[in-house]
This record gives sequence, structure tokens and C-alpha cells, in this order.
Amino acid sequence: MADAASKNDFSVRAPKALNDPTLRANFRRAMDGLMVKRAAQFEDKEAWNILRARGAAAKARVVAQLPELLEQLEAKCTANGIQVHWAETTAEANDIVLSILQKHGAKSVIKGKSMVSEEMELNHHLEAHGIRAVESDLGEYIIQLAGEAPSHIVMPCIHKNKAEIAQLFEENIDGLGYTEDVDALTAAARKELRGAFAAADAGISGVNFAVAETGSLVLVENEGNGRLSTTLPPLHIALMGIEKLAETLEDIPPLLSLLPRSATGQHITTYVNMITHPRRDGELDGPKEVHLVLLDSGRSRVHADEELRDTLRCIRCGACMNHCPVYSRVGGHTYKFVYPGPIGKILTPQLEGLDCAGDQPHASTLCNACVEVCPVKIPIADILVRLRAEAAHPSHSPAVKGGGSRRSFHESLAWKGWEWVYAKPWLYRLVTFLASRFGNLVPDTVGPMKGWTSCRAKPTFAPKTLHELAREKGYCDE
Amino acid sequence: MSVKSKPSRVYYFGTCVIDLFYPGAGLAGMELLRLQGLSVVFPPEQSCCGQPARNSGYFDEARAVALRQMDAFPGDDPIVVPSGSCAGMMKTHYPQLFEGRPEHDRAVAFSKRVHELTAFLVNVLNIRLEDKGEPVKVTWHGSCHSMREMGVVDEPKSLLRQLSNVTLVENPREKECCGFGGTFAVRQPEISAAMVKDKVEALESTQAAKVVSGDCGCLMNITGAMKKQGSPMSGQHIAEFLLERTHHG
Repeated sequence: MADAASKNDFSVRAPKALNDPTLRANFRRAMDGLMVKRAAQFEDKEAWNILRARGAAAKARVVAQLPELLEQLEAKCTANGIQVHWAETTAEANDIVLSILQKHGAKSVIKGKSMVSEEMELNHHLEAHGIRAVESDLGEYIIQLAGEAPSHIVMPCIHKNKAEIAQLFEENIDGLGYTEDVDALTAAARKELRGAFAAADAGISGVNFAVAETGSLVLVENEGNGRLSTTLPPLHIALMGIEKLAETLEDIPPLLSLLPRSATGQHITTYVNMITHPRRDGELDGPKEVHLVLLDSGRSRVHADEELRDTLRCIRCGACMNHCPVYSRVGGHTYKFVYPGPIGKILTPQLEGLDCAGDQPHASTLCNACVEVCPVKIPIADILVRLRAEAAHPSHSPAVKGGGSRRSFHESLAWKGWEWVYAKPWLYRLVTFLASRFGNLVPDTVGPMKGWTSCRAKPTFAPKTLHELAREKGYCDE
Repeated sequence: MSVKSKPSRVYYFGTCVIDLFYPGAGLAGMELLRLQGLSVVFPPEQSCCGQPARNSGYFDEARAVALRQMDAFPGDDPIVVPSGSCAGMMKTHYPQLFEGRPEHDRAVAFSKRVHELTAFLVNVLNIRLEDKGEPVKVTWHGSCHSMREMGVVDEPKSLLRQLSNVTLVENPREKECCGFGGTFAVRQPEISAAMVKDKVEALESTQAAKVVSGDCGCLMNITGAMKKQGSPMSGQHIAEFLLERTHHG
């Protein structure tokens, strides 16, 4: 246990967030609100079950036929005039984006929200090559000003309250001064961003669903910044993970119905963009060139395992984190990687490897709150347990990168010992008999008990076991 | 529900936490069943459902212990479990653990016989309770696995509502995890502590005299924190509470 715990950086990072009352309050308030909003959207349980079954089936089909659908998507997009690029790694994806921008002599980029771009750390890469990328999603804009990473996949600046944002704007926007008036703050950001939109040489966006059947890129958003980013500049580059597919156009309505309801409790987002081709001859607007970058970055490996591949169903609604009792207490930054919360706990170790993120699957009580709300029925708790197993068991061809890297000799020995006792009824009865007589003599500062007694009384062994009492009362007689 | 009509004989799986720490609760569950006219058998070969090892990712060890439980409960009689969490392990995870193995069919058949105690009392036995106790105010804590793996949400509360002198006050965030999570409590002690602190606060806000629950893992966590904080509240397993109210009053 000790050597595993020393590697357990999640538990080392968590206290910092737990001891920050403002952060705790910000997350708790926000997550409470989101849970109420989502619940209001799915009051009719039968309708929820039907819709969820359709959404889960649509994404399960994608996962089942991923290679074929990706080929179909490439063919359709190419026929539509969208240029498709494949990136094995985030470094490759960055190079692809950079070279497209350099070819066009682009110096300024406006960005819609994209978690894949966060995964790539694209902004840093572009900046290093003299290209300025401005985030146009209000939440992303705020954290870009603050020099922070998103703390939530849908609401990137959810860790900040109004006063913190007011202060940030006062420091960064000339002439604004300090105001907590939300309309004034939004108007100030809007004014700043209008300039950035007008000056942008290119727009970069994410993709919520790419429809293999038609080669269409579906993008949902509430601020219109996604539409501006993808239509105003002459060049549009869309970034997506290879799993963000839908097989047919008919799959989109249920998925579109599930995504905003699960994410923000909205019936539908203010904007739903469907991008199928660049500007055609005679059309008055739209980019002259559209590129689609498909990022693997470990996803193929996830796909290779029949159980773990369910991870790739995710539509990035964030409902799992909104309902997670761990996330709502420690916030997104404690997870250290791009994807926080329950989905992050199963995705990050698979993408980054168990050697560097194998602590994450243990940062869960397996309470199943995430499983209950996942709109595409990802068995998150089962995958967490599977990853715990992969981390603790070395093998010649591990199913997950870094498999076995968290093996602890003491822990393995402890479980072997546990099995040895618990699988032998006579020995189990002997050990529990002794525990009930002498267990209370063990000091509460020994081993794992220390963590327990830091905030709880030591459990008291009963004077007699249930086995003994049951026998005395005649329950053991057939 | 695999049991349509009222059975005459049931098995009882006591759970390892109850065995060592809450044997009174375990015994009370058996008494409740016996008082309903059932023959109750507690096989002495039982130990633990295997959940601690399974949840820690030690599947071989979990399987070895799970197999012993399947051996200990032969035949077709229902297996009643006074814990939603252990019942959830046996019902949902045994078939998963043995997927693709020769014992799979056996695990599936076994899983179909598993019932959480309160659901069994309500749905199978249609139990009627007569309260003989003094007026008391209680609140209910449902365990995550009971609610989300066994689908047991209203049954235990309906039992408490049958008791005429018991006022059931629902607590805020009733469905939120108490922070126990087995090894989680010691692997992530700070987060677990924050969760149980919030849970105790929510339970205390009801001003109930005690929290009643169907899972002793949660109870050990919650009452342990209550005791450490010097809370006036106490906790009790629902089987023990029901038996006391209906037969010792």
C-alpha cells in the first residue's frame, strides 16, 4: 500500500483544492445548478430511457465500425471539398495545423472551443511560431486571459466566480474598470472579440459530431462564436478525435437532444452548425478552404480492447463531472490533465498511460452517479475497476499503456493473503474469531487506519461474530 | 424479480463487515425473515462477496472468494443480503467476473437468486409492520450501490413509513455518496473526509435522532465521523431498527 500511495499524486494534489473555500464554493454552487437543470430536462423517465438507448446505440455503432466509418468520412469530406488530415500524435496534429496556417501566411487565428486543441496544447505551439490564437468562447477567453487551463470540458472557467472574473477583466481590458455586472462584462468581452474576429486570418474549431454518411461537421454552441469562427475567416480548420463520429444523419437528432440537455440542461443550444463544404462558387460567405484534422493520440489503442473501447462513446457532455462527488469537491485542475472528472479518470490513463495517470482510477468511490447520468451509457465504474486491475498487473502485452506500472509488492501480497483467508471457510472463521477478541487492541495509527481515523472514530469489533451468533441461534442448522 | 411467490426457505448472506462489526444488524435481518414464517439458513461456509478485491482490481483473488460463496449457497433458494453493496457485487459483478469462464453459467444462475433485504421484505414478502416504539424522528441514507446497482430506492423508506411512531425526514443530497468507497477512504483520505463531513452536516440538518441505512459500510463511515465530531446523532442498520420497533417495544 505504501509504495502505491507514494505514487498517488491525485491524493497529494487534492488537499490544495479541498482547502480553498472559494474554489470549493464555486464548484459546489455550479454543479448543484447544473444537476437541477439537467434533472428538469429528463423528468419523464421513460422518454429518457428511450432517448438514451438511441444515443447509446448510435455511439456503440460508431465504436463497432470505427475504421470503416472513418474511411467513409474521409471519402465524403474529400468529395465535399473538405481536406482531411490524419494525425497519429498531438505533435503531428500541431505540425499539420501550423503548416496549413503558414501556407496561408496566417498570423492571427480565432478559435472556437475545442478540447482536442487543449489536448494538443495548440495555442502554445502556434505562439512559439509567431501565430496568435484568440479563444472566442467566453469561458475559454476568460481562462486564456488568466493563463489557466480549462477546469471543465463544457464550462472551462466554472472554477471562477463573478468577482474573480471582474478583477481579471479590469486588469486586462483597457478602460473597463471593475464591474460585476454580467451584461457589462459580456459586452466588454464581445467588443474585444469582435476585433479579433475581424482580424483573424483563420478560424479553428472543434467538432461535436462528424457524420460519416454525408461528410458533415456538426458543431453546437451558445454564443455564435463557433459560427463566426467557422464562417468569417477565409480558412477554417476543424479538429476532432477520431471517435467523434455519427454513422448517419438520422443519428444526429437523438445525439443533439442528449448533448445539451445532459451538459447544460438546455433543450437545444442556441446555435447548431452543420458544415459540409467550403464556400462554393457564387456563395457570399463561408471559408474558401476547410480542413479537418483527425487526431488519434492513443484512441486506436483504446479501441483495440473490447471492454475499454466503450470509453470512445463519449460525446463530451460533462454530465459525469457535474454529478461527481469527487469532482465537485476538488475541481478540474486537480486532475492535472485536459479531461477531468469521471470521463477523465478513464480516458486520461488510457491516452497518457497508467504510469503517469494510473492514480486517477482510484480517485473514485465507484458511487455510479456518473454511470446513472451518462447519456451514452458508458460503464465508467467498470472501466475504472478494469484500469485499476491493468495498473496493478504487469503483462507482456498490456492492454493499456503503462499496464502493470503501479504494481505494489505489498498490495499484491495483501490481496493474496486476503484470498488465502477468505477462500477457506475454516480459516476465515478462525481469523474473524481472533479479530473479534483481539482486534480492538490494534492501535488506530497503524497502516491504512491512519487515514480512516483522521476524521472518524475507529470501528469497534463486536465481541462475537455473526457466524457465532447465527450458530447459537440455530440459523446454521439445515 | 426472480421470486414470484413467497418462498418457504431462504439463505442469508451476512457480509464480512456485518460479521465483524455489526453482528446485531445481521442477526436482526434473520429474525425479521424468520418472524415472517420463513426458514432462514446461514451457511457457515460463507465469508465475503469479494467486492474489496474486485474493486481494487484483483480479479483472480475476487474470483477465488466468489467461487467459495457460490459453493456455500447451493440449490435454488433465494439469497437475502442485508447490504445493497454486497448484493450488487453478487448480482451485477459475479456474471462479469466469470465472463468467458466455465463458471459463468453458475455465476449467472447464482446472481439471479440474490436479493437486497429491504427489497425482499417489501417486494417478495409484502411485509406489514406494527410499530411498538416511542415516537422518534429518523432520516434515511441509501447506499450508492443499493440505489444504482440494485435499484433499491423507495423500498426501505416505505418500510420506515409503515411505522406509525416514526417520522421520516428526508435529508438534502440524499443520493450523494457518503465518501466511504471501500479502499477509497484510506487511499484518498482528504477527499473522503470532505465528503463524509458534508454528509454528516446534511443528515444533522434534519434534526433527526438517528440515521438509518441498509449498508454497514456507509454506517461505519458516517457514524465514525459523527462520533469523532461529537454529533448528537447516531446510526443504525434498518434491520435492527425495524426489529426493535416491531418486537421489542
